[in-house]
Amino acid sequence: MSTLRHHPDAPKRLIAHDVASRHGVIDEALVLSRAECEDIVQRALTLSKADACRINIGASYQTNLRFADNQMSTSGISDDASITISSVFGKKRASVTTNDTSPDGLARAVAQSEALAKLSPDDPELMPELGAQTYASIPAWFDSTANLSAEDRAKAALTALEPARKAKDLTVAGFIDCSANATAIGTSAGLFAYHRSTGANYTLTVRTNDGTGSGWVGGDENDFSRIDFAGIATRAIDKARASRNPQAIEPGRYTVIFEPQAVSDLIGSVRGAMNARSAEEGRSPFSVRGPNGNGTKLGERIMDTRVTLVTDPADPQILGSPFDGEGMPTGRQVWVENGVLKQLAYSRFWAARKGVQPNSGGGGGFGGGGGGGLKMLGGDSTFDAMIKGTERAVLVTRLWYLRVVDGRTLVYTGLTRDGTFLVENGKVARSIKNFRFNDSPLFLLNNLEAVGPSVRVAEGGSVVPALKARDFSFTSLSDAV
Amino acid sequence: MTTRRDFLATTGLAASALTLAARRADAAGTRSPILTANTEPDPQVKVLLLEALTAAKLAGASWADARIQRQRRQNIGTREQQVTNVSDTDTIGCGVRVIVDGTWGFSATRSLTKEGVARAAQRAVSLAKANRVARERLVRLAPTEVHPNATWKSGYTIDPWSVPVEEKVALLFAANAEAMKVKNIRFVNSNLSFVKEERSYANSEGSMISQDVVRSWVTMSCTAVSDDRTETATRGPEVVQPMGRGWEYVLENDIVKNATVWAEQAREKLTARPVDVGRWDLILHPSQLFLTIHESIAHPTELDRAMGYEANYAGTSFIAPPDNVLGKLRLGPDMLTIRGNRSEKDGLATIGYDDDGVRPDEFDIIRNGIFWDYQTTREQAEWLRPWYEKNGMPVRSHGCAYAQSWSDVAFQRMPNVSIVPDQQVDRSLDDMVAATDKGIVMIGRSSYSIDQQRYNAQFGAQVCYEVKGGKIVGQLRDVAYVMRTPDFWNSVDLLGGKSSYELGGTFNDGKGQPGQSNAVSHGCPPVRFKNINVINTGRQL
Repeated sequence: MSTLRHHPDAPKRLIAHDVASRHGVIDEALVLSRAECEDIVQRALTLSKADACRINIGASYQTNLRFADNQMSTSGISDDASITISSVFGKKRASVTTNDTSPDGLARAVAQSEALAKLSPDDPELMPELGAQTYASIPAWFDSTANLSAEDRAKAALTALEPARKAKDLTVAGFIDCSANATAIGTSAGLFAYHRSTGANYTLTVRTNDGTGSGWVGGDENDFSRIDFAGIATRAIDKARASRNPQAIEPGRYTVIFEPQAVSDLIGSVRGAMNARSAEEGRSPFSVRGPNGNGTKLGERIMDTRVTLVTDPADPQILGSPFDGEGMPTGRQVWVENGVLKQLAYSRFWAARKGVQPNSGGGGGFGGGGGGGLKMLGGDSTFDAMIKGTERAVLVTRLWYLRVVDGRTLVYTGLTRDGTFLVENGKVARSIKNFRFNDSPLFLLNNLEAVGPSVRVAEGGSVVPALKARDFSFTSLSDAV
Repeated sequence: MTTRRDFLATTGLAASALTLAARRADAAGTRSPILTANTEPDPQVKVLLLEALTAAKLAGASWADARIQRQRRQNIGTREQQVTNVSDTDTIGCGVRVIVDGTWGFSATRSLTKEGVARAAQRAVSLAKANRVARERLVRLAPTEVHPNATWKSGYTIDPWSVPVEEKVALLFAANAEAMKVKNIRFVNSNLSFVKEERSYANSEGSMISQDVVRSWVTMSCTAVSDDRTETATRGPEVVQPMGRGWEYVLENDIVKNATVWAEQAREKLTARPVDVGRWDLILHPSQLFLTIHESIAHPTELDRAMGYEANYAGTSFIAPPDNVLGKLRLGPDMLTIRGNRSEKDGLATIGYDDDGVRPDEFDIIRNGIFWDYQTTREQAEWLRPWYEKNGMPVRSHGCAYAQSWSDVAFQRMPNVSIVPDQQVDRSLDDMVAATDKGIVMIGRSSYSIDQQRYNAQFGAQVCYEVKGGKIVGQLRDVAYVMRTPDFWNSVDLLGGKSSYELGGTFNDGKGQPGQSNAVSHGCPPVRFKNINVINTGRQL
């Protein structure tokens, strides 16, 4: 997608500076500008009669295209903006969200949040609003994504539709999803934060018309022009054909080679489990159990020494938000370093009570409300080397329908999907039927054999490597293709 | 005590905040659309809907529809005797869908002015035009009646927004306090969620429909910790089923009284016997079975899935291709009939008119054990024309088009999909236990997972009771059943009767790209399944 035109779809200007003239007219700008957000915050703070007030603003311009059964299906454009007013009286707090950014709408939201807050009981865990903060500037906005036209997206879809129609043995389904986003936060204590970003996501499933093969490949970038549409189509077609006529092998414990998407699907769940409070309350996999334990596994080696997990919005592979939902700077956080649990996620309240630095924002778990995705640092192997060096293993493209089975051990169940193969004697030997697994990311990250380079995956927003690990527990077969 | 109602009344906000008058002023400062609390289509909404349709037609659409929808959500969360969240969300806008040369286009805007909705219509048309290059097969809509002045209201009597927040919090606190009185209970979370939608719809065939929908859900989880801190066990959070009703439904469920029961169940689970792996007869309570119906019967009978339209996300279906399975595939014994409907009392998918402007009908999905029909929209009903004509059935949509909000395009979503109870014997759950020698009664949804074609599934439950010699002998833990869908449903050997029929449901059924949530209910009696594979999910770190 080298040529990007300015289509009538696209707004005439990307950033609106003329705030006074545009209240109530939103289509002119793609998303709210810094100046507009500052104006909204100021107006809300002027209206506010509360002891403290926070204004969270989110605006988006989303465009998408969907195809299936070798046809274009639905496509859409939508614009929206929402303002959340959180009002505090003493220890009472409530929030009201509206997508009416007009002066009347804002006044109503402020009044309603104050009314709700006054009626709410005291929240003993309420923390004061943050004052002014310093944030990193993260270059997450790309005009190549923001200015995309409907024709550009249709042309991108044709990179998969045309070869599939020509081939006669293939049916494709895919989704191109692009967005331009702005977020802003202001508080009565003097904080103001603004960030804007673009996102471009493409996923493609190729199925063989005999109903026995399916291959999935995806890409996710802030910059649309970095997505290799033709390359994704080629890889997905190859995978679909290679996965035809899968054979059943016995469920059981296998060495596995997980492609990065499969790794992300499973270890993404570690994020929510990192809450410090749950661990200290004794109901987390990171709690020390039993009559003598009242603490956590902080400082203990809980994974293979090759595992380092970080969140870092400024990382070029992540390009996340420099602040969380409370306006706290996110920055680089190291959660697991060389297998040792270095941090748990502390909300501001829990951190204050425990006398540590808060690192999660809003109590919302690992990485907080901002900070972008989880990154597992890469290792010294490569995907090809993993295959070559393997006598027998199950190669997994991605996982599906993961649900926690036991929160105490973080055991999840789910299934393999869209390309599952048996590796034998250094080669991808044959396609095998999909499996259901019951296993924990904590076990997987303890049983490592090899770690590849980290890449950003299409689903889940993580940056993770391909992994080879032993003793992964597949518990039943699935007939699904 | 100052209630929210009082406050709004005394500050003069009542008219605007509670009846929604003047939700938005347009750029010129004149009053723009008003959605009133009753279901009559508002004149100004009508004007905007017609403006959008006219703009679409002028831009080249052969067919168009427009939806102006306001959605309010309220969430109130507590833990023990603390509030964790009080939030109110309100969003309104207009979505316009068009067909140009047999190709779809959709655009949505929050700008509720004549210019704003016309611009959305024009954008939708330009999208459809751009996409024609990639469309070979043309969209055709099955015929439907025109509803020029239709209204509908869901079955609620007390609007949740008319109840003050402190009354809601007081109820949750009282329930939490009761639960905390039970020995070993250390943590309690409870939550109230309410949704109110005012949906106004018009299409270029002349329909003009206004609907008022309320949904309510109260959840609670009770966590017990053993004296030696080695074990934890939780009952909940889905202890009360969500319904298409209002505050009166929350009160009827008496969570303060029931909190003790749920807390005792969590405590008892601490010392429950780990299940023996192997084959068991399962008696699935409606609070557990509804989700299995949802995942293994309702999803694979969505026609878009069967045709590959969800292949890149939610998946396809083992009940496909249609020609090979309609009227042929056996999915249960003769006693098993499963119906789709959007009319079931209090159902979450219950509605007067769908987002194609169709009045939904009730239809058999599985008739006497045989697969009989798919869930459809107007576009999809045409795909089944040969099957319908062969069987003397009308070629019509079952009314399954739905969009989660104004900003999302309508597509095929699940109606209520429910099992018809035994019509001859009014059998109770107790009767079924008494008739079972070695089994497990499973209550409440827990961990659930199913593959993308809906063959292999694994389901847990919140509470599992062992049945021995026709009697419940105690709780089991770490129970999950693993199944292959056609085998599982063919193992049904006993249905509960009419009196044992209950609705279960969820607010959050995900499908589509971009993802959309659908609220849906499934009704069923308790059902017994013979000789099912049960695994033990317990592990040690």
